Amino acid sequence: MSHAGNVVTGPSGQTQRLASGGLIDRGTTLPFRFDEHDLAGLHGDTLASALLANGVRLVGRSFKYHRPRGIQSAGSEEPNALVELRDGAWREPNTPATMIELFAGLRATSQNRFPSLRFDLMAMNGLFAPLLKAGFYYKTFMWPASFWERFYEPLIRRAAGLGRASGVADPDLYERATLFCDVLVIGAGPAGLAAALAAGRRGARVVLCDEDFRPGGRLLAERAVVDHQPGVAWAAAAEAELAALTEVRILRRTTVFGAYDHGTYGALERVADHLARPGLPHPQPGLPPPGRPHPGDPQPGDPPPGRSQSGPPHSGPQEPRQRCWRIIARRAVLAAGATERPLLFAGNDRPGVMLAGAVRAYLNRFAVAPGREVVIATSGDEGWRTLADCLHHGLRVAAVVDRRTDVPAPLQALAAQAGARLFAGGRVTSARGAHGLHAVDVIDASGGTHRVGADLLAMAGGWNPALALSTHLGGKPVWDDTASAFVPGELPQGMLVAGAARARFGLADALADGAQAGANAAASCGFDGPAPVPPRADPDERAASALWLPRVAGKRSDDFDHDEQGNGLVDSQYAVSGKAFVDFQHDVTVDDVTIAHREGFRSVEHLKRYTTLGMATDQGRTANVTGLALMAALTGQNIEQTGTTRLRPPYTPVAIGALAGHDRGHDFRPTRLTPAHGWAAAQGAVFTEAGAWLRASHFARAGDADWQQAASREALAVRNAVGVCDVSTLGKIEMVGPDCGRLLDRLYINTFSSLPVGRARYGLMLREDGLVLDDGTVARLEPDRFIITTTTANAGPVLAHMEFCHQVLWPELDVHFVSVTDRWAQFSLAGPRARDVLAAALDPGCDLSNEAFPYMEAGTASMLGGVGVRLFRISFSGELAYEIAVPAASGEAAIRALIQAGEKFGILPYGTEALGCLRIEKGHPAGGELNGQTTAGDLGLARMMSKRKDFIGRALTQRPALLAPDRPSLVGLRPVDRTSRLRSGAHFIAPGAAATIANDQGWMSSVTYSPTLGHWIGLGFLAGGMARLGEPIRACDPLRAETVELTVVAPCHIDPEGARLRV
Amino acid sequence: MRIPCPHCGERGSEEFSYLGAADPQRPAADAPIEAWHDYVYLRDNPVGVHRELWQHVYGCRRWLVVTRDTRSHAIAGAQDAMRLRLGDAAA
Repeated sequence: MSHAGNVVTGPSGQTQRLASGGLIDRGTTLPFRFDEHDLAGLHGDTLASALLANGVRLVGRSFKYHRPRGIQSAGSEEPNALVELRDGAWREPNTPATMIELFAGLRATSQNRFPSLRFDLMAMNGLFAPLLKAGFYYKTFMWPASFWERFYEPLIRRAAGLGRASGVADPDLYERATLFCDVLVIGAGPAGLAAALAAGRRGARVVLCDEDFRPGGRLLAERAVVDHQPGVAWAAAAEAELAALTEVRILRRTTVFGAYDHGTYGALERVADHLARPGLPHPQPGLPPPGRPHPGDPQPGDPPPGRSQSGPPHSGPQEPRQRCWRIIARRAVLAAGATERPLLFAGNDRPGVMLAGAVRAYLNRFAVAPGREVVIATSGDEGWRTLADCLHHGLRVAAVVDRRTDVPAPLQALAAQAGARLFAGGRVTSARGAHGLHAVDVIDASGGTHRVGADLLAMAGGWNPALALSTHLGGKPVWDDTASAFVPGELPQGMLVAGAARARFGLADALADGAQAGANAAASCGFDGPAPVPPRADPDERAASALWLPRVAGKRSDDFDHDEQGNGLVDSQYAVSGKAFVDFQHDVTVDDVTIAHREGFRSVEHLKRYTTLGMATDQGRTANVTGLALMAALTGQNIEQTGTTRLRPPYTPVAIGALAGHDRGHDFRPTRLTPAHGWAAAQGAVFTEAGAWLRASHFARAGDADWQQAASREALAVRNAVGVCDVSTLGKIEMVGPDCGRLLDRLYINTFSSLPVGRARYGLMLREDGLVLDDGTVARLEPDRFIITTTTANAGPVLAHMEFCHQVLWPELDVHFVSVTDRWAQFSLAGPRARDVLAAALDPGCDLSNEAFPYMEAGTASMLGGVGVRLFRISFSGELAYEIAVPAASGEAAIRALIQAGEKFGILPYGTEALGCLRIEKGHPAGGELNGQTTAGDLGLARMMSKRKDFIGRALTQRPALLAPDRPSLVGLRPVDRTSRLRSGAHFIAPGAAATIANDQGWMSSVTYSPTLGHWIGLGFLAGGMARLGEPIRACDPLRAETVELTVVAPCHIDPEGARLRV
Repeated sequence: MRIPCPHCGERGSEEFSYLGAADPQRPAADAPIEAWHDYVYLRDNPVGVHRELWQHVYGCRRWLVVTRDTRSHAIAGAQDAMRLRLGDAAA
């Protein structure tokens, strides 16, 4: 077995690619670019394995110290090899290279370096390291204070950091979807596959998620045998069997990122991240050239896009980049595996220092040799498996450094056979090499020092179960001494844990544990069956690797003497000197933990915040346990007493876009359009948002100076001739039943049980706290049938309020009601010629005379040749007016008929601006006045409150503060100088008084230019209210630095006696 | 959270809107103003079992009395508020 005998220099420059083996397709070469280097990998590679195949070891720079970093792991725990993926708007920072599935044309850029990865000027941060130690935010750069914002913060932000956000809107499509299942299996490693098989074979509806693009977990990374076949083959067979079960769904590339209440899980499926452009088809030979329809494009007659219950997801043009699943599971089996622990020694972050399990993954799965000369550092049997795999693939192992003095004899023999030096009871003290490992310093059991040449150091520090999801609802992990690891404690309702996730690290154990968990989960959903036969694997006799820590803090202070009798984890012979990283992504070292301890930040929560340990995007997956074990050693507590910080969703980062799904931009919420919307748009309507509705604000004409000119034209048409306004957005609630009047009397401050059939009445509703909820009109159509209207904004809340009052407060009332807002288009026809227009628009035979159909009358008629409509003679504008309610389907035809009938009378459609102008001229309250802070008394409507009945809000209207005479109440306002413009939001200040809060006497709630009066007018709430008619007051607008002299007048500016209404 | 609506079956909490404690009773019309103040403004904040009103706004629009443990969100049951008030055995 010659060293490097199996490593070939391929024509594509993949110098570290092994000649054979691996789950890669050697026939498909995928070109990609990393920084300025054009490289190539193979189908089946990750970016990390492709970089290693090309001999790229230096991949990024670290967060604080800009230390050169390589690839440490082969999974989502990767703390070092974070890159910016793609370009432009698609640029995504901080993406672990280990999680990027290679595709042709991939572009990745190293991050946090300037000007280049190899020559990084900021690496001198390393020289300033003493300033950046634990708690540096709180200690350094604090003086002078003014320097923080101007100097220190920008400097630190430039120097420390990770990738750059694209800075532009996310161009990709995302989707949210919901899945229901009996058993959710999280992780498709040996335990997860066994669990899914056991549950699926019993007929349970199973969802199996794995973050990898290929199911199998560690089976893909190890040379294992299951059921007498290679582990990889067994995993493929298991997947095939599962895919054939109709109730099983396999979600690849899907990370379950959060556990929520009542069996709800969040999962992110990376649907198209492995394609050149998310949402576009994968370039494949044989696809038609651009311009022709793609086979995946929907064709006329195709069924709507859907997906089969199982099988791989389609990746077509309609597919989102990512899909955020909400999975509702009766039971969940957490089989997320485990994460290997790094060891602590100086330079443990250098490129070329790698987790021992990751080395096996690169050798076995990707056929890549991450190095040629290997040193293995291990705290137990684990590292020896890496030795075996290195030898199998023809790598030279220079040395094995086993922390144990009593290395078992068979392993000693294996080392001798490999020609590797064995340092039993030895420790690695330092990894050397600026941009990549070239030597390892070792201290042997007797204290002798050695330097061993190596370009790969595999470290095996034991495994931490990936238990994050078990803690999301508050369950605390518990320490298992035998496993030397935290295992899940109290579990979320319905969750089971299997395999390495609960420290069943051996393959046979994991398979049996998974099968049993799957069967149990299915059984508790009612799927019984014979006891599962777990897949067979050789029993694993390896002892769990101990958590091994160096002696911490040396002898710098007496305070630290107790570390040696600590918890048995600490190696009393060996202290770290130099930078030994605990949290690689956040550059937290052993020294930082000792500083936190020395300065009193000893609880795990303080340790976390003071050092930022575990606060990076990986949430400290490789760091937390080591960090708190160090703190346990420092404080002399055991690790269980020290405790753990709480892990929170998401397990791995989730793009905000994925959580938002389709609900962004224009689609953030539904847009509601009235039945006559299309007609209004064709008339030049400019629309404004009113809640979810679009309403015409005005109808623009060529030559208009501004919107106000249009609004004035429309308002004058109403005052002088006739106008029509779409008021379909008003909430409409229809009520039937013998107790309608009784319920209405309790909902409104005024009385409706006495309303005659065929009449309408204005009504005001309060909240139970005595403040105004809403206003509108109520009409009695039949003895037991009423129709009420609400404001546009309050249609939903008023309906819910009425449902509460009926169902919860007065369930004995015999009444039913339902929202009919969308059922009716409604138009307000207003102006002196309204009757003429309506008479022409209705079918013949309807008597609209003032005697037959007087003010506040309600009735029915027909138009459009027999379409039944409802007529209400109600007016918001103060003119002769009718509201015509038309079945929604006839809404557009009705507005056309009204306009046609009104042409010879000079009819104009009017929008919300003119509507607002007309109602302010009349002093009618609307949104600015019904703001949730005003009472009926404030609006001048106290006399509407019936004293003969109880109603919602009655009792608390009698609170003294709401009755105080100096409480601001509704008045009208006119400028003394008639050319002055008024502003809503201005505050009232007495003449001569300073514009201070202490002198505040109220506020302007609504203003408009009145084309009828020829000047601005306003409504406002003024202390003392109507008692101050004729007084001068000033409106102060400090935001615009304007002050306007006003005269207090009555709210109704036009036709106060209401003569125009009743003609 | 998943809420077992007695009319629609188990649904996600995003279909519901929350009001608050179910037990405060609206005072009689002639009750002193202090009773009204308590009814409108004062609520207990219990640790443990809490009877509370939810409306299934994106479902049957019925008001429900949901019994929920505020520590664990465990839901012991949900009943139709109207039928409960009317003493309907089928509530």
